[in-house]
Amino acid sequence: MDTSVLSYMNMSIPINTKTWHIGPISRELPTLSRLKRDTGMTRQDNRKANETDLSQAEMVKLLAIVGQERKVEAFEMLFRHYSPRIRSFMTVKTKDRQVAEELMQETMVAVWNKAAQFDPERGNVSAWIFTIARNIRTDAYRRKRPVFEIDDPTFVPDSTPAADVEFEQAQDAGLLRQAMETLPADQFDVLKRAFFDDVSHSTIAKELGLPLGTVKSRIRLAFEKLRSAMEGRR
Amino acid sequence: MTINHHLSDAFLLDYAAGNLSEGWSLAVATHLALCPACRRQLDAMEGAAGALLEKITVVADTSNDAWDRMKARLGGLQAIEINPAPPRKTANPAILPEPLRSYVGGDLPDLKWRALGRGAYQILIDTGDKDTQVRLLRIPAGKPVPEHTHKGYELTLVLAGSFRDGKDVFARGDIEEADDTLLHQPIASEGEDCICLAVTEAPLKFTSWIVRLIQPILKI
Repeated sequence: MDTSVLSYMNMSIPINTKTWHIGPISRELPTLSRLKRDTGMTRQDNRKANETDLSQAEMVKLLAIVGQERKVEAFEMLFRHYSPRIRSFMTVKTKDRQVAEELMQETMVAVWNKAAQFDPERGNVSAWIFTIARNIRTDAYRRKRPVFEIDDPTFVPDSTPAADVEFEQAQDAGLLRQAMETLPADQFDVLKRAFFDDVSHSTIAKELGLPLGTVKSRIRLAFEKLRSAMEGRR
Repeated sequence: MTINHHLSDAFLLDYAAGNLSEGWSLAVATHLALCPACRRQLDAMEGAAGALLEKITVVADTSNDAWDRMKARLGGLQAIEINPAPPRKTANPAILPEPLRSYVGGDLPDLKWRALGRGAYQILIDTGDKDTQVRLLRIPAGKPVPEHTHKGYELTLVLAGSFRDGKDVFARGDIEEADDTLLHQPIASEGEDCICLAVTEAPLKFTSWIVRLIQPILKI
């Protein structure tokens, strides 16, 4: 391990008024530009921490560093990028800024705690963070959302050859984003309402004054289009 | 096991977005445990949600307050190690998948069925959800069901045996999604009782085809 990495691991972490030193004291505080250099990030436009235009590939790296090395600096970059987005996501439902702020903080704490569970080979960072935010929001409204368990003896694993389903998720995330841009406005609107407004497709139909079948077919057409965009690249 | 009857994108989207109440989610999650194709579709939906999160309009953070608070919280979390939960013991071979097995408190041999007469049995499943009615049903092999339509949604997930509805056969893992546009006449297949999880909209007590089946037995 090179010394610059060690200096990050030895950083001091303030807790309330006290300061705890983890490992030997290092006077040298790492900078974000050094962190980016160490992690192979060379994009010039990401020098400042408050810039939020990280690429998916960069985010996969940052999250892996957070998970494996618990680097606060790497986490700060993810925080600067995602916290305003999660705050907006939470605000749509609560309308209460303080509640939204607290739910955002809960989400980011969970990202920090669970970072090691993220699989950089398969993962899509924004999708992973979405699922954490969604679960925090669901819990906050006391709605239980049962989930399947992959370790359960009845669980049926995917027998599709790995080569057919494993792909560079970071690239796919970019591709998905592009494909979303090409969705017709009415289809895009239904997806946005479902994910952000926290309402079911039948509620969306009522809100838009549309027959249920129309909303269902918009959803089906949207995902057909997204699926074919993803398959087209293989 | 090949699953031929999947969830619609609309239901799966509601689950992906966290918009489904507990009863529906239980049927969706139990189907997902048995259906890799729907799990791949769920992944794609969560990917789409991630893409929307990237596109969301944000107000730039002008202060450092949020990060300062977060940093203070991380300090307290630094020493926490999260150990994975020990694997739970389950009887082999298991038939009821999680999360359903935990809801009913055991696997098929452990269940306390309530007889409904003429060989039909049910177990009502408690959820914290007032919008749905959730039950496990055991329909006698070969029993035909009167033709009927539904009011509201119904999800029926087959766990053992099978039933035939028109030319479609629903076997383990298959899920039938019915709404009020569907007119159907399901028949439990010969040879084995059909055990399924049925979720219906709560206020409409007698809309389920299975409940219609037992309605005359109960003389309601």
